[in-house]
Amino acid sequence: MNVVVAQDLARLREDFPILAEKVHGRPLVFLDSAASAQKPRVVIEAMVEAMEHRYANVHRGLHWMSERATEAYETTRDAVAGLINAPDRHEIVFTRNSTEAINLVAHSYGRGVLRPGQAVVISAMEHHSNIVPWQMLRDERGIELRVAPITDAGELDLAALESLLADGRVGLVSVTHMSNVLGTYVPAARVASLAHRYGAKVLLDGSQAIVHRAVDVQALDADFYVFTGHKLYGPTGIGVLWARRALLEAMPPFLGGGDMIASVTYERSTWADIPHKFEAGTPAIVEAIGLKAAIGYVRAVGYGAIAAHEAALTEHALASLAAIEGVSVLGRAQDRGGVVSFTMDCAHAHDIATLLDRQGIAVRAGHHCAEPLMHRLGVDSTARASFALYTTSEEIDVLAAGIRRVREFFA
Amino acid sequence: MTETLPADLTDLYERTILERSRRPRHASRLACFDAHARGDNPMCGDRVDVWVRREAGRIAEIGFEARGCAISIAAADLMAEAAAGLDGAGAMALGERVAELARTGEGEGADLDPLRPLAGVHAFPSRVGCATLAWRALRAALEGSLEVEP
Repeated sequence: MNVVVAQDLARLREDFPILAEKVHGRPLVFLDSAASAQKPRVVIEAMVEAMEHRYANVHRGLHWMSERATEAYETTRDAVAGLINAPDRHEIVFTRNSTEAINLVAHSYGRGVLRPGQAVVISAMEHHSNIVPWQMLRDERGIELRVAPITDAGELDLAALESLLADGRVGLVSVTHMSNVLGTYVPAARVASLAHRYGAKVLLDGSQAIVHRAVDVQALDADFYVFTGHKLYGPTGIGVLWARRALLEAMPPFLGGGDMIASVTYERSTWADIPHKFEAGTPAIVEAIGLKAAIGYVRAVGYGAIAAHEAALTEHALASLAAIEGVSVLGRAQDRGGVVSFTMDCAHAHDIATLLDRQGIAVRAGHHCAEPLMHRLGVDSTARASFALYTTSEEIDVLAAGIRRVREFFA
Repeated sequence: MTETLPADLTDLYERTILERSRRPRHASRLACFDAHARGDNPMCGDRVDVWVRREAGRIAEIGFEARGCAISIAAADLMAEAAAGLDGAGAMALGERVAELARTGEGEGADLDPLRPLAGVHAFPSRVGCATLAWRALRAALEGSLEVEP
Protein backbone atom coordinates (compact mmCIF):
# COMPACT_ATOMS: atom_id res chain seq x y z
CA MET A 1 0.00 0.00 0.00
CA ASN A 2 0.95 3.62 -0.27
CA VAL A 3 1.63 3.69 3.47
CA VAL A 4 5.03 2.22 2.67
CA VAL A 5 5.93 5.14 0.48
CA ALA A 6 4.10 7.72 2.57
CA GLN A 7 6.03 6.85 5.70
CA ASP A 8 9.30 6.72 3.85
CA LEU A 9 8.64 9.64 1.56
CA ALA A 10 10.83 12.14 3.38
CA ARG A 11 13.73 9.69 3.44
CA LEU A 12 13.10 8.73 -0.17
CA ARG A 13 13.15 12.38 -1.25
CA GLU A 14 16.61 12.64 0.27
CA ASP A 15 17.71 10.16 -2.39
CA PHE A 16 17.15 12.93 -4.96
CA PRO A 17 19.70 15.69 -4.30
CA ILE A 18 18.00 18.19 -6.60
CA LEU A 19 14.82 18.19 -4.52
CA ALA A 20 16.67 20.22 -1.87
CA GLU A 21 17.22 23.04 -4.37
CA LYS A 22 15.38 26.32 -4.14
CA VAL A 23 13.97 28.08 -7.17
CA HIS A 24 13.29 31.82 -7.01
CA GLY A 25 14.00 31.57 -3.30
CA ARG A 26 11.32 28.96 -2.75
CA PRO A 27 11.50 25.21 -2.26
CA LEU A 28 11.39 23.46 -5.62
CA VAL A 29 8.01 21.88 -6.30
CA PHE A 30 8.86 19.74 -9.30
CA LEU A 31 5.71 18.69 -11.13
CA ASP A 32 7.26 18.09 -14.53
CA SER A 33 8.51 14.55 -14.13
CA ALA A 34 6.58 13.34 -17.17
CA ALA A 35 8.94 15.43 -19.28
CA SER A 36 11.98 14.10 -17.47
CA ALA A 37 12.31 12.71 -13.98
CA GLN A 38 14.89 13.74 -11.41
CA LYS A 39 17.73 11.37 -10.62
CA PRO A 40 18.36 9.50 -7.39
CA ARG A 41 21.86 9.58 -5.97
CA VAL A 42 22.41 5.89 -6.81
CA VAL A 43 22.11 6.72 -10.50
CA ILE A 44 24.45 9.68 -10.30
CA GLU A 45 26.97 7.70 -8.27
CA ALA A 46 26.83 4.65 -10.52
CA MET A 47 27.72 6.82 -13.50
CA VAL A 48 30.49 8.66 -11.70
CA GLU A 49 31.84 5.40 -10.33
CA ALA A 50 31.92 3.89 -13.81
CA MET A 51 33.83 6.85 -15.23
CA GLU A 52 36.23 7.00 -12.30
CA HIS A 53 36.98 3.32 -11.96
CA ARG A 54 35.69 1.04 -14.71
CA TYR A 55 35.55 2.84 -18.01
CA ALA A 56 36.66 1.81 -21.50
CA ASN A 57 34.91 1.07 -24.76
CA VAL A 58 32.77 -2.07 -24.80
CA HIS A 59 32.78 -5.27 -26.88
CA ARG A 60 36.26 -4.84 -28.31
CA GLY A 61 39.11 -4.31 -25.90
CA LEU A 62 40.94 -7.41 -24.78
CA HIS A 63 41.85 -5.72 -21.57
CA TRP A 64 40.58 -5.58 -18.03
CA MET A 65 38.93 -2.18 -18.25
CA SER A 66 37.01 -3.00 -21.41
CA GLU A 67 35.91 -6.31 -19.95
CA ARG A 68 34.57 -4.57 -16.83
CA ALA A 69 32.79 -1.88 -18.86
CA THR A 70 31.31 -4.51 -21.17
CA GLU A 71 30.13 -6.49 -18.19
CA ALA A 72 28.46 -3.43 -16.65
CA TYR A 73 26.89 -2.42 -19.96
CA GLU A 74 25.62 -5.90 -20.72
CA THR A 75 24.16 -6.52 -17.27
CA THR A 76 21.88 -3.54 -17.93
CA ARG A 77 20.36 -5.68 -20.66
CA ASP A 78 19.56 -8.30 -18.07
CA ALA A 79 18.13 -5.66 -15.75
CA VAL A 80 15.86 -4.37 -18.52
CA ALA A 81 14.79 -7.88 -19.49
CA GLY A 82 13.92 -8.51 -15.86
CA LEU A 83 12.08 -5.21 -15.56
CA ILE A 84 9.69 -5.91 -18.44
CA ASN A 85 9.74 -9.71 -18.15
CA ALA A 86 11.25 -10.18 -21.60
CA PRO A 87 11.80 -13.89 -22.27
CA ASP A 88 15.23 -13.35 -23.82
CA ARG A 89 17.91 -10.76 -23.00
CA HIS A 90 18.92 -10.62 -26.67
CA GLU A 91 15.58 -9.02 -27.41
CA ILE A 92 16.66 -5.85 -25.58
CA VAL A 93 18.05 -3.22 -27.96
CA PHE A 94 19.54 -0.03 -26.56
CA THR A 95 18.66 3.20 -28.33
CA ARG A 96 19.06 6.86 -27.44
CA ASN A 97 15.45 7.25 -26.32
CA SER A 98 11.90 6.19 -27.15
CA THR A 99 11.87 8.37 -30.23
CA GLU A 100 14.87 6.58 -31.67
CA ALA A 101 13.37 3.22 -30.74
CA ILE A 102 10.17 4.02 -32.67
CA ASN A 103 12.21 5.33 -35.58
CA LEU A 104 14.18 2.11 -35.54
CA VAL A 105 10.97 0.11 -35.84
CA ALA A 106 9.58 2.45 -38.52
CA HIS A 107 12.81 2.10 -40.45
CA SER A 108 13.61 -1.56 -40.06
CA TYR A 109 10.21 -3.14 -39.62
CA GLY A 110 8.34 -0.50 -41.60
CA ARG A 111 10.67 -0.51 -44.57
CA GLY A 112 11.99 -4.05 -44.27
CA VAL A 113 8.92 -6.08 -43.39
CA LEU A 114 5.75 -4.08 -44.07
CA ARG A 115 4.70 -3.86 -47.70
CA PRO A 116 3.16 -0.96 -49.64
CA GLY A 117 -0.59 -1.19 -49.30
CA GLN A 118 -0.38 -2.24 -45.70
CA ALA A 119 -1.35 0.19 -42.95
CA VAL A 120 -0.10 1.35 -39.58
CA VAL A 121 -2.62 2.39 -36.94
CA ILE A 122 -1.81 4.96 -34.28
CA SER A 123 -4.18 6.58 -31.80
CA ALA A 124 -5.45 10.14 -31.54
CA MET A 125 -3.44 10.68 -28.36
CA GLU A 126 0.07 10.02 -29.52
CA HIS A 127 3.21 12.00 -28.86
CA HIS A 128 4.79 13.38 -32.04
CA SER A 129 7.43 10.66 -31.69
CA ASN A 130 4.77 8.08 -32.49
CA ILE A 131 3.26 10.08 -35.34
CA VAL A 132 6.03 11.57 -37.42
CA PRO A 133 8.10 8.39 -38.05
CA TRP A 134 4.96 6.75 -39.47
CA GLN A 135 4.16 9.77 -41.61
CA MET A 136 7.66 9.59 -43.03
CA LEU A 137 7.16 5.89 -43.70
CA ARG A 138 3.79 6.58 -45.34
CA ASP A 139 5.20 9.25 -47.62
CA GLU A 140 8.20 7.18 -48.60
CA ARG A 141 6.75 3.70 -48.87
CA GLY A 142 3.05 4.09 -49.57
CA ILE A 143 2.08 2.62 -46.26
CA GLU A 144 -1.23 3.96 -45.10
CA LEU A 145 -1.48 5.73 -41.75
CA ARG A 146 -4.73 5.31 -39.86
CA VAL A 147 -5.70 7.09 -36.65
CA ALA A 148 -7.87 5.38 -34.07
CA PRO A 149 -10.06 7.98 -32.39
CA ILE A 150 -10.44 8.62 -28.69
CA THR A 151 -13.67 9.20 -26.83
CA ASP A 152 -14.56 12.52 -25.22
CA ALA A 153 -13.42 11.01 -21.93
CA GLY A 154 -9.97 10.62 -23.45
CA GLU A 155 -10.00 6.85 -23.78
CA LEU A 156 -9.06 4.84 -26.83
CA ASP A 157 -12.18 3.96 -28.80
CA LEU A 158 -11.73 0.21 -29.07
CA ALA A 159 -14.74 -0.32 -31.32
CA ALA A 160 -13.39 2.24 -33.76
CA LEU A 161 -9.96 0.64 -33.54
CA GLU A 162 -11.48 -2.71 -34.44
CA SER A 163 -13.21 -1.22 -37.47
CA LEU A 164 -9.86 0.17 -38.64
CA LEU A 165 -8.41 -3.32 -38.35
CA ALA A 166 -11.30 -5.07 -40.06
CA ASP A 167 -9.96 -5.10 -43.62
CA GLY A 168 -6.91 -7.08 -42.52
CA ARG A 169 -4.48 -4.68 -44.15
CA VAL A 170 -3.04 -3.31 -40.94
CA GLY A 171 0.46 -4.57 -40.29
CA LEU A 172 1.14 -2.69 -37.08
CA VAL A 173 -0.78 -0.96 -34.32
CA SER A 174 1.50 1.54 -32.63
CA VAL A 175 -0.04 3.21 -29.60
CA THR A 176 0.93 4.83 -26.36
CA HIS A 177 0.62 2.72 -23.24
CA MET A 178 -0.15 5.88 -21.25
CA SER A 179 -0.93 9.33 -22.63
CA ASN A 180 1.58 12.04 -21.73
CA VAL A 181 -1.21 14.61 -21.87
CA LEU A 182 -4.33 12.95 -20.49
CA GLY A 183 -2.74 10.37 -18.23
CA THR A 184 -4.98 7.74 -19.82
CA TYR A 185 -3.80 4.15 -19.61
CA VAL A 186 -4.54 2.30 -22.80
CA PRO A 187 -5.82 -1.24 -22.20
CA ALA A 188 -2.72 -2.62 -23.86
CA ALA A 189 -3.52 -6.31 -23.55
CA ARG A 190 -6.91 -5.77 -25.18
CA VAL A 191 -5.35 -3.71 -27.94
CA ALA A 192 -2.81 -6.48 -28.55
CA SER A 193 -5.49 -9.14 -28.61
CA LEU A 194 -7.57 -7.10 -31.09
CA ALA A 195 -4.58 -6.41 -33.30
CA HIS A 196 -3.50 -10.03 -33.31
CA ARG A 197 -7.00 -11.16 -34.20
CA TYR A 198 -6.65 -9.17 -37.44
CA GLY A 199 -3.08 -10.17 -38.13
CA ALA A 200 -1.36 -6.97 -36.96
CA LYS A 201 1.61 -6.59 -34.64
CA VAL A 202 1.54 -4.21 -31.68
CA LEU A 203 4.01 -1.60 -30.57
CA LEU A 204 3.46 0.01 -27.19
CA ASP A 205 5.10 3.33 -26.37
CA GLY A 206 5.80 2.85 -22.69
CA SER A 207 7.62 6.15 -22.12
CA GLN A 208 5.10 7.20 -19.50
CA ALA A 209 3.55 3.90 -18.46
CA ILE A 210 6.68 2.14 -17.27
CA VAL A 211 7.43 4.95 -14.85
CA HIS A 212 4.28 4.30 -12.89
CA ARG A 213 3.35 0.65 -13.23
CA ALA A 214 5.00 -2.71 -13.66
CA VAL A 215 5.14 -3.76 -17.30
CA ASP A 216 5.12 -7.39 -18.38
CA VAL A 217 5.50 -7.62 -22.14
CA GLN A 218 4.53 -11.29 -22.13
CA ALA A 219 1.35 -10.72 -20.12
CA LEU A 220 0.49 -7.80 -22.44
CA ASP A 221 1.26 -10.03 -25.43
CA ALA A 222 3.05 -7.09 -27.03
CA ASP A 223 5.31 -7.40 -30.06
CA PHE A 224 7.35 -4.22 -29.55
CA TYR A 225 7.75 -2.16 -26.38
CA VAL A 226 9.75 1.05 -26.14
CA PHE A 227 10.71 3.33 -23.28
CA THR A 228 13.30 5.90 -22.35
CA GLY A 229 15.70 6.00 -19.43
CA HIS A 230 15.42 9.62 -18.41
CA LYS A 231 11.76 9.46 -17.50
CA LEU A 232 12.43 6.37 -15.39
CA TYR A 233 14.80 8.26 -13.06
CA GLY A 234 17.74 7.32 -15.25
CA PRO A 235 20.03 9.41 -17.43
CA THR A 236 19.26 10.94 -20.81
CA GLY A 237 20.71 9.32 -23.92
CA ILE A 238 19.63 5.76 -23.22
CA GLY A 239 16.38 4.18 -24.34
CA VAL A 240 15.11 0.71 -24.95
CA LEU A 241 13.44 -1.23 -27.72
CA TRP A 242 12.16 -4.64 -26.83
CA ALA A 243 10.81 -6.83 -29.60
CA ARG A 244 10.17 -10.50 -30.09
CA ARG A 245 13.26 -12.33 -31.30
CA ALA A 246 11.67 -13.45 -34.56
CA LEU A 247 10.74 -9.88 -35.41
CA LEU A 248 14.19 -8.51 -34.66
CA GLU A 249 15.78 -11.27 -36.69
CA ALA A 250 13.53 -10.53 -39.67
CA MET A 251 14.29 -6.81 -39.55
CA PRO A 252 17.20 -5.27 -41.45
CA PRO A 253 19.62 -3.10 -39.48
CA PHE A 254 18.80 0.53 -38.71
CA LEU A 255 22.19 2.25 -38.61
CA GLY A 256 25.35 0.82 -40.11
CA GLY A 257 28.79 0.97 -38.57
CA GLY A 258 30.98 -0.63 -36.00
CA ASP A 259 29.71 -3.16 -33.48
CA MET A 260 26.74 -4.20 -35.64
CA ILE A 261 28.59 -6.35 -38.17
CA ALA A 262 29.81 -9.91 -38.33
CA SER A 263 32.26 -9.19 -41.14
CA VAL A 264 32.96 -6.38 -43.56
CA THR A 265 34.53 -6.43 -47.01
CA TYR A 266 34.14 -3.83 -49.72
CA GLU A 267 31.84 -6.22 -51.55
CA ARG A 268 29.48 -6.93 -48.66
CA SER A 269 28.99 -6.95 -44.95
CA THR A 270 27.14 -9.36 -42.76
CA TRP A 271 25.29 -8.45 -39.64
CA ALA A 272 25.94 -9.33 -36.07
CA ASP A 273 23.32 -11.28 -34.19
CA ILE A 274 20.62 -9.44 -32.29
CA PRO A 275 20.70 -7.19 -30.38
CA HIS A 276 24.06 -5.94 -31.66
CA LYS A 277 22.76 -5.78 -35.22
CA PHE A 278 20.80 -2.73 -34.05
CA GLU A 279 23.50 -1.10 -31.94
CA ALA A 280 25.90 0.51 -34.37
CA GLY A 281 28.76 2.55 -33.00
CA THR A 282 29.93 3.07 -29.47
CA PRO A 283 26.79 2.93 -27.32
CA ALA A 284 25.82 5.08 -24.34
CA ILE A 285 27.94 3.03 -21.96
CA VAL A 286 27.82 5.23 -18.89
CA GLU A 287 24.16 6.00 -19.45
CA ALA A 288 23.34 2.30 -19.66
CA ILE A 289 25.08 1.81 -16.33
CA GLY A 290 22.99 4.67 -14.95
CA LEU A 291 19.82 3.07 -16.31
CA LYS A 292 20.62 -0.15 -14.52
CA ALA A 293 20.94 1.76 -11.26
CA ALA A 294 17.62 3.49 -11.94
CA ILE A 295 15.89 0.18 -12.58
CA GLY A 296 17.34 -1.17 -9.37
CA TYR A 297 16.08 1.87 -7.52
CA VAL A 298 12.54 1.67 -8.90
CA ARG A 299 12.31 -2.02 -8.17
CA ALA A 300 13.58 -1.48 -4.63
CA VAL A 301 10.88 1.12 -3.97
CA GLY A 302 8.46 -1.22 -5.70
CA TYR A 303 5.89 -0.64 -8.41
CA GLY A 304 3.06 -1.54 -6.05
CA ALA A 305 4.03 1.26 -3.68
CA ILE A 306 4.71 3.71 -6.51
CA ALA A 307 1.39 3.03 -8.23
CA ALA A 308 -0.58 3.34 -5.00
CA HIS A 309 1.21 6.52 -3.97
CA GLU A 310 0.71 8.16 -7.36
CA ALA A 311 -2.93 7.07 -7.55
CA ALA A 312 -3.55 8.85 -4.24
CA LEU A 313 -1.70 11.95 -5.48
CA THR A 314 -3.66 11.99 -8.72
CA GLU A 315 -6.97 11.66 -6.91
CA HIS A 316 -5.96 14.49 -4.59
CA ALA A 317 -4.88 16.65 -7.51
CA LEU A 318 -8.08 16.05 -9.47
CA ALA A 319 -10.19 16.91 -6.43
CA SER A 320 -8.10 20.02 -5.66
CA LEU A 321 -8.27 21.34 -9.20
CA ALA A 322 -11.98 20.61 -9.51
CA ALA A 323 -12.54 22.89 -6.53
CA ILE A 324 -10.99 25.90 -8.28
CA GLU A 325 -13.35 27.98 -10.40
CA GLY A 326 -12.35 28.39 -14.01
CA VAL A 327 -10.04 25.37 -14.09
CA SER A 328 -10.80 22.58 -16.55
CA VAL A 329 -9.02 19.26 -16.41
CA LEU A 330 -8.68 17.47 -19.74
CA GLY A 331 -9.65 13.85 -19.92
CA ARG A 332 -11.52 11.73 -17.45
CA ALA A 333 -10.36 8.24 -18.23
CA GLN A 334 -11.33 5.51 -15.81
CA ASP A 335 -7.81 4.17 -15.76
CA ARG A 336 -5.33 7.00 -15.49
CA GLY A 337 -1.86 7.75 -14.18
CA GLY A 338 -0.21 10.70 -12.52
CA VAL A 339 -0.44 13.26 -15.31
CA VAL A 340 -3.00 16.05 -15.08
CA SER A 341 -3.46 18.56 -17.90
CA PHE A 342 -5.59 21.61 -17.35
CA THR A 343 -6.60 24.95 -18.77
CA MET A 344 -7.92 28.07 -17.07
CA ASP A 345 -10.57 30.41 -18.38
CA CYS A 346 -8.60 33.50 -17.34
CA ALA A 347 -5.05 32.61 -18.33
CA HIS A 348 -3.12 30.99 -21.14
CA ALA A 349 -1.04 27.93 -20.25
CA HIS A 350 2.24 29.85 -20.60
CA ASP A 351 1.08 32.56 -18.28
CA ILE A 352 -0.01 29.91 -15.79
CA ALA A 353 3.40 28.25 -16.03
CA THR A 354 5.29 31.51 -15.57
CA LEU A 355 3.29 32.50 -12.51
CA LEU A 356 3.66 29.05 -11.01
CA ASP A 357 7.38 29.06 -11.77
CA ARG A 358 7.86 32.23 -9.80
CA GLN A 359 6.29 30.39 -6.87
CA GLY A 360 8.84 27.60 -7.23
CA ILE A 361 6.43 25.25 -9.00
CA ALA A 362 7.64 23.59 -12.21
CA VAL A 363 4.88 22.52 -14.59
CA ARG A 364 4.95 22.08 -18.32
CA ALA A 365 2.92 24.29 -20.63
CA GLY A 366 2.34 23.97 -24.34
CA HIS A 367 1.15 21.31 -26.72
CA HIS A 368 3.25 18.58 -25.06
CA CYS A 369 4.47 17.31 -28.43
CA ALA A 370 0.91 16.23 -29.16
CA GLU A 371 -0.53 18.87 -31.48
CA PRO A 372 -3.11 16.61 -33.13
CA LEU A 373 -4.43 15.70 -29.69
CA MET A 374 -4.67 19.41 -28.81
CA HIS A 375 -6.83 19.87 -31.92
CA ARG A 376 -8.99 16.92 -30.92
CA LEU A 377 -9.47 18.44 -27.47
CA GLY A 378 -10.18 21.87 -28.94
CA VAL A 379 -7.33 23.64 -27.17
CA ASP A 380 -4.05 25.21 -28.29
CA SER A 381 -2.10 24.32 -25.24
CA THR A 382 -2.49 23.12 -21.69
CA ALA A 383 -0.63 23.32 -18.43
CA ARG A 384 0.41 19.93 -17.13
CA ALA A 385 1.33 18.78 -13.68
CA SER A 386 2.89 15.34 -13.52
CA PHE A 387 3.78 13.26 -10.51
CA ALA A 388 6.58 10.94 -9.56
CA LEU A 389 7.40 8.64 -6.69
CA TYR A 390 8.93 11.62 -4.84
CA THR A 391 5.92 13.93 -5.22
CA THR A 392 4.14 14.79 -1.99
CA SER A 393 0.54 15.55 -1.21
CA GLU A 394 1.70 18.90 0.21
CA GLU A 395 3.16 19.76 -3.20
CA ILE A 396 -0.27 19.26 -4.73
CA ASP A 397 -1.61 21.70 -2.13
CA VAL A 398 1.10 24.20 -3.10
CA LEU A 399 0.07 23.74 -6.73
CA ALA A 400 -3.59 24.34 -5.92
CA ALA A 401 -2.70 27.47 -3.94
CA GLY A 402 -0.49 28.60 -6.81
CA ILE A 403 -3.32 28.14 -9.31
CA ARG A 404 -5.61 30.19 -7.07
CA ARG A 405 -3.06 32.98 -7.19
CA VAL A 406 -2.94 32.75 -10.98
CA ARG A 407 -6.67 33.21 -10.93
CA GLU A 408 -6.50 36.20 -8.59
CA PHE A 409 -3.86 37.73 -10.83
CA PHE A 410 -5.51 37.28 -14.21
CA ALA A 411 -9.23 37.11 -13.47
CA MET B 1 -3.55 38.72 -2.73
CA THR B 2 -2.15 37.12 0.40
CA GLU B 3 1.49 37.53 -0.52
CA THR B 4 3.22 39.98 -2.82
CA LEU B 5 4.35 38.58 -6.10
CA PRO B 6 8.02 38.92 -7.03
CA ALA B 7 8.84 42.26 -8.64
CA ASP B 8 10.00 40.70 -11.92
CA LEU B 9 6.61 39.06 -12.26
CA THR B 10 4.73 42.31 -11.79
CA ASP B 11 7.15 43.85 -14.30
CA LEU B 12 6.35 41.12 -16.79
CA TYR B 13 2.64 41.42 -16.33
CA GLU B 14 2.56 45.16 -15.80
CA ARG B 15 -0.74 46.96 -16.06
CA THR B 16 -0.62 47.77 -19.77
CA ILE B 17 0.21 44.18 -20.65
CA LEU B 18 -2.67 42.81 -18.64
CA GLU B 19 -5.10 45.38 -20.01
CA ARG B 20 -4.03 44.87 -23.60
CA SER B 21 -4.18 41.10 -23.31
CA ARG B 22 -7.68 41.22 -21.84
CA ARG B 23 -9.04 43.87 -24.16
CA PRO B 24 -6.85 44.21 -27.23
CA ARG B 25 -7.84 47.13 -29.44
CA HIS B 26 -6.60 45.83 -32.77
CA ALA B 27 -7.45 42.15 -32.57
CA SER B 28 -9.32 41.73 -35.81
CA ARG B 29 -8.63 40.85 -39.39
CA LEU B 30 -8.64 43.89 -41.67
CA ALA B 31 -11.35 43.92 -44.33
CA CYS B 32 -8.94 45.58 -46.78
CA PHE B 33 -5.27 44.79 -46.55
CA ASP B 34 -2.13 44.83 -48.65
CA ALA B 35 -0.09 42.29 -46.76
CA HIS B 36 -0.63 39.38 -44.43
CA ALA B 37 1.63 36.92 -42.69
CA ARG B 38 1.43 34.36 -39.95
CA GLY B 39 3.92 33.99 -37.13
CA ASP B 40 4.20 30.62 -35.44
CA ASN B 41 6.18 29.71 -32.40
CA PRO B 42 6.56 25.97 -32.85
CA MET B 43 7.99 25.54 -29.37
CA CYS B 44 4.82 26.64 -27.62
CA GLY B 45 2.13 26.68 -30.31
CA ASP B 46 1.52 30.43 -30.19
CA ARG B 47 0.27 31.87 -33.45
CA VAL B 48 -0.28 35.44 -34.62
CA ASP B 49 -1.79 36.48 -37.95
CA VAL B 50 -1.00 40.05 -38.93
CA TRP B 51 -2.76 42.09 -41.62
CA VAL B 52 -1.35 45.35 -42.90
CA ARG B 53 -3.03 48.10 -44.92
CA ARG B 54 -0.73 50.64 -46.50
CA GLU B 55 -1.33 54.14 -47.79
CA ALA B 56 1.24 56.13 -49.74
CA GLY B 57 4.04 53.74 -48.79
CA ARG B 58 3.31 53.86 -45.09
CA ILE B 59 1.52 51.51 -42.75
CA ALA B 60 -1.97 52.90 -42.34
CA GLU B 61 -3.45 50.17 -40.19
CA ILE B 62 -2.58 46.83 -38.61
CA GLY B 63 -4.97 44.18 -37.41
CA PHE B 64 -4.14 40.83 -35.88
CA GLU B 65 -5.58 37.58 -34.65
CA ALA B 66 -3.63 35.75 -32.00
CA ARG B 67 -3.88 32.60 -30.05
CA GLY B 68 -1.39 32.62 -27.29
CA CYS B 69 -0.38 33.99 -23.96
CA ALA B 70 -0.99 37.42 -22.46
CA ILE B 71 2.44 38.63 -23.56
CA SER B 72 2.04 37.66 -27.20
CA ILE B 73 -1.41 39.24 -27.45
CA ALA B 74 -0.41 42.46 -25.69
CA ALA B 75 2.77 42.69 -27.78
CA ALA B 76 0.75 42.36 -30.99
CA ASP B 77 -1.70 45.00 -29.84
CA LEU B 78 1.05 47.46 -28.91
CA MET B 79 2.77 46.76 -32.21
CA ALA B 80 -0.37 47.64 -34.17
CA GLU B 81 -0.16 51.17 -32.78
CA ALA B 82 3.59 51.60 -32.73
CA ALA B 83 4.09 50.56 -36.35
CA ALA B 84 1.23 52.62 -37.76
CA GLY B 85 2.52 55.61 -39.71
CA LEU B 86 5.91 54.06 -40.38
CA ASP B 87 7.21 52.91 -43.73
CA GLY B 88 8.34 49.32 -44.14
CA ALA B 89 11.99 49.99 -43.30
CA GLY B 90 11.03 52.04 -40.27
CA ALA B 91 8.72 49.33 -38.96
CA MET B 92 11.38 46.66 -39.38
CA ALA B 93 13.96 48.83 -37.63
CA LEU B 94 11.57 49.43 -34.77
CA GLY B 95 10.94 45.69 -34.60
CA GLU B 96 14.66 45.10 -34.16
CA ARG B 97 14.75 47.56 -31.28
CA VAL B 98 11.72 45.92 -29.65
CA ALA B 99 13.53 42.60 -29.85
CA GLU B 100 16.52 44.22 -28.17
CA LEU B 101 14.25 45.73 -25.52
CA ALA B 102 12.73 42.31 -24.86
CA ARG B 103 16.13 40.64 -24.64
CA THR B 104 17.88 43.23 -22.48
CA GLY B 105 15.15 45.33 -20.91
CA GLU B 106 16.81 48.42 -22.34
CA GLY B 107 16.46 50.65 -25.34
CA GLU B 108 16.78 54.34 -26.20
CA GLY B 109 14.25 56.56 -27.90
CA ALA B 110 10.88 58.15 -27.27
CA ASP B 111 9.29 55.96 -29.95
CA LEU B 112 10.00 52.96 -27.73
CA ASP B 113 8.14 54.47 -24.79
CA PRO B 114 4.73 52.98 -25.61
CA LEU B 115 6.46 49.60 -25.96
CA ARG B 116 8.37 49.71 -22.68
CA PRO B 117 5.77 47.61 -20.87
CA LEU B 118 7.37 44.71 -22.77
CA ALA B 119 10.75 45.33 -21.14
CA GLY B 120 9.89 43.09 -18.20
CA VAL B 121 10.11 40.09 -20.50
CA HIS B 122 13.90 40.24 -20.42
CA ALA B 123 13.94 38.56 -17.00
CA PHE B 124 12.10 35.57 -18.52
CA PRO B 125 14.27 34.21 -21.34
CA SER B 126 11.71 31.59 -22.34
CA ARG B 127 9.13 34.34 -22.89
CA VAL B 128 11.15 36.72 -25.07
CA GLY B 129 9.80 35.00 -28.17
CA CYS B 130 6.25 35.84 -27.04
CA ALA B 131 7.05 39.55 -27.19
CA THR B 132 8.64 39.36 -30.63
CA LEU B 133 6.33 36.93 -32.42
CA ALA B 134 3.99 39.62 -33.80
CA TRP B 135 6.95 41.71 -34.94
CA ARG B 136 8.37 38.71 -36.78
CA ALA B 137 5.00 38.23 -38.48
CA LEU B 138 4.89 41.91 -39.40
CA ARG B 139 8.35 41.69 -40.95
CA ALA B 140 7.26 38.66 -42.98
CA ALA B 141 4.13 40.49 -44.13
CA LEU B 142 6.09 43.58 -45.14
CA GLU B 143 8.74 41.57 -46.94
CA GLY B 144 6.06 39.63 -48.75
CA SER B 145 4.21 42.78 -49.75
CA LEU B 146 7.41 44.42 -50.97
CA GLU B 147 7.91 41.53 -53.33
CA VAL B 148 4.58 41.98 -55.04
CA GLU B 149 4.92 45.71 -55.44
CA PRO B 150 5.56 46.95 -58.96
